[in-house]
Parts: sequence; structure tokens; C-alpha cells
Amino acid sequence: MSETARPVVRSFAHLSDEAVVALLARSDESALAELYDRFGRVAYGLALRILRDDKLAEDAVQEGFLTAWRNADRFMPERGKASTWLLTLVHRRAVDLVRREDRRRAEPLSETVEPEASGSAEDDAWLRFERERVQSALKQLPDQQREALELAYYGGFSQTELAERLGQPVGTIKSRMFTGLARLRELLAEPGTGDAAWKPTPYTT
Amino acid sequence: MEANALHDLTAAYALDALDSEDARAYETHLARCERCREELAELSDAAGALAYGTETPVPPPELRARILQQAARERPNVVPLRPRWVKPVAAIAAVAACTAIGLGIWAASLSSKLDRSESRLARQERVAQIVGQPGSRTISFARGTLVVAPSGEAALVLRNLAPAGNGRTYEAWIAAEGAPEPAGLFEGGGVVAVPLDRPVPEGATVMVTKEPAGGRKSPSSQPFAIVRNAAQS
Repeated sequence: MSETARPVVRSFAHLSDEAVVALLARSDESALAELYDRFGRVAYGLALRILRDDKLAEDAVQEGFLTAWRNADRFMPERGKASTWLLTLVHRRAVDLVRREDRRRAEPLSETVEPEASGSAEDDAWLRFERERVQSALKQLPDQQREALELAYYGGFSQTELAERLGQPVGTIKSRMFTGLARLRELLAEPGTGDAAWKPTPYTT
Repeated sequence: MEANALHDLTAAYALDALDSEDARAYETHLARCERCREELAELSDAAGALAYGTETPVPPPELRARILQQAARERPNVVPLRPRWVKPVAAIAAVAACTAIGLGIWAASLSSKLDRSESRLARQERVAQIVGQPGSRTISFARGTLVVAPSGEAALVLRNLAPAGNGRTYEAWIAAEGAPEPAGLFEGGGVVAVPLDRPVPEGATVMVTKEPAGGRKSPSSQPFAIVRNAAQS
């Protein structure tokens, strides 16, 4: 019966994010480490942008990853990408914290926040590429839509708070968020990247 | 809120921009609305992409270690159910380390809804005494926690146990070398704390089955909870 013991997977490089999450659902700690290595930095950057405090950002990332660890069996590949699922968990936690702490500020983050310690050259290059891609897509949105998305996603404001803050009916805010997000999706799905055609590979033993 | 109004919340939900009350209403709606599920999957990926639009300083290296340590502490010691459970369970997940967290949850739950019946009260005191012994270890598994004192005295704490049903009871078993031996009868409940009737040696497996009222000498059904008192590393 000992044959049922699974061989320890040491290298995850060939696995899709979704396959790593499938291993996570089997309480495989090395899968958690892999997931952290793939998304820890983005998650931390996001939490820091929302919370503007190192310690709180670390808390949000830790709680987000541990929620993933506890609930990996609830991840459904047909409902979206694994990266989205994980980053949503971290985002939600950061938003909870910022609402509780009420640390939100309206001003956009100053552009001078440069990462002091750097990771690997590949990570740096890739993250910079992604950042520029997303920022340039955001810049293509009408100002009001971009504002609604940024304040909601990076500021942690609820739609009700946004309506008050911007002096607009909630319905207007809703429609700005919807139109903005739908347009952002189109802008990011550049033809030729293969992203749209990509299908998660189901994990099998 | 009307269904149409709920459809409109998809983007706000994807951005985590709903108040908790609206978020809950939307989640309820989502379970019934295929259209919203599809739309949410698309909009969530777009929202998730926004995470990449920020500066990405390198997080402190301790963060990674802390997450992995905490995960290891929470690692469930789940043993897959086997058709022939009588055979000793060989392939078993590593023992969870002492989980202060798991313990805290049920300890709080115990004191908050202390059972009034005397036999249960006595059981709970007995469990508290086992847990309180210096050097007691807790082993978490899918259905709850096994606490083993250095003497081998042990208690099972189970969560969300449905009533066993008319004319039925839950029975705990301890399997060391040979056939499983009965270790106590108990009822269902939100948090059930059961002192076991016999000591649990290292390497032994504790199981729970549903049996006819009064219990049996040997189990008649497949166990639904299994946890092994694996040797300390």
C-alpha cells in the first residue's frame, strides 16, 4: 500500500499555474513555495500599493497565500486563471485591511517608488514589461473610467464610497467600472500573444 | 435586490468594490446565474491584470519563510479512506506539528457552549485535563484534532458532526498492531470532545465509525475519520 505515496515533485517549471494549484490542494508545501515564487512579488507590490505600509502589506500577502493553501480544492479552472484566483485572495485581504485601517489616500502613488532591492534580472525585466503593458492599457481608457478602476482596485474604495467621493450616482460609477474593465480586457488581449487561446491543462496523476 | 441590479454588480465585485452586504447578495445570485459566472470570469482576469500595473519591490525574504512555516503548521494530517481499512495504514501524510490555532478554535467553542448534561461535562473536563498535560501533542486532520498526552491518554475533538441518527451512535476505535479496539461511544454535535477509553500508542490509528446504539466490539462500517498518532520526528 505504500506505493500510493506520491513521489515528491521537485521541479515545477513545466507545470502550468493551474497544475501547481492542483498540487496545492493536496497539501503539497513545495507547490505553495512555487506559487509564492511565481506571484509573491506581484502580490506584495499590489498589497503595498493599496496599504502603503510594509507590515500590513506582508500581512495581506501572508493571509492571501494561506487562504489559497486552505482552500485550494475550491479553485475551479473553468472560472478563471489560477493567477487571478490567487491575486484576488490577496487583493481582497488588502482591501479588508485598508477599509479597517482607513489608510486610504486619494492621491495617486508618487512615481518615485523605485524598488531598491532587485530580484533576478529575468523577473525584473518581465515585471517591468507587464507593468508597462497594463499601464499603457489604462492610459488608453477615458479618464473617468480609469479613475473609477484605479480608485476601486488600488484605493480599496467601494462603489458607494466612490459615488460619494466623486459626487456621482452609484449607477454611474457602476457603469464606469463595467465599461472600463471590459475595455481593459480587450486592450490586454493583444492578438498574437496566444493568451486568449490558452487553455489550462488539467492536472492528472 | 432585483436580479437585474445584481447582474450590474459583476464589475464592482471583480474589483472588490462592493460593501460586504452587497458582496454577499451578489455571491448568492452568482450561484444561480450562469451568465454572471461567465462574465465574472472574464472581468476578474482583467481586474487581476491590474495587479501587474504597480511597482514591484522585492518583499522581505522572511515573508516567504513565514508563509511556508505557517502552512506546514496547518497541514492537515489526512489519511485517505481505504476500502480495506483493517490493514494498517501505510501511506500517511506527515504529522501536523502542534497546531495552537486548531486548538484555540475548539477550546473557545467548548467554553462558549458548555454542555449542561453531567456526563458530557465530565467528558469535557477529562479532555481539558488531557490537553492540559505538559507535552501533549495535537494532530489535526480533516474532521478535527487528536490530542495525545505523553502517557498515551488521548482525546478526539471533532467538528460539525451530524447526529448519528435513530438507534445509531458514533464509536471511536484504536488500531495499533491488530484489529481495532473500541475506544468510546459519543453523539454528534457542533464541537464534540471525546476522551478515548484506552491509550493511543505511537503509530496507532484512531478511527470513527457509525454503529448501532450501544456500540459493537468490532467496527461494522467504513470509518469516516481516520488519524494516525505518527511518531514524533
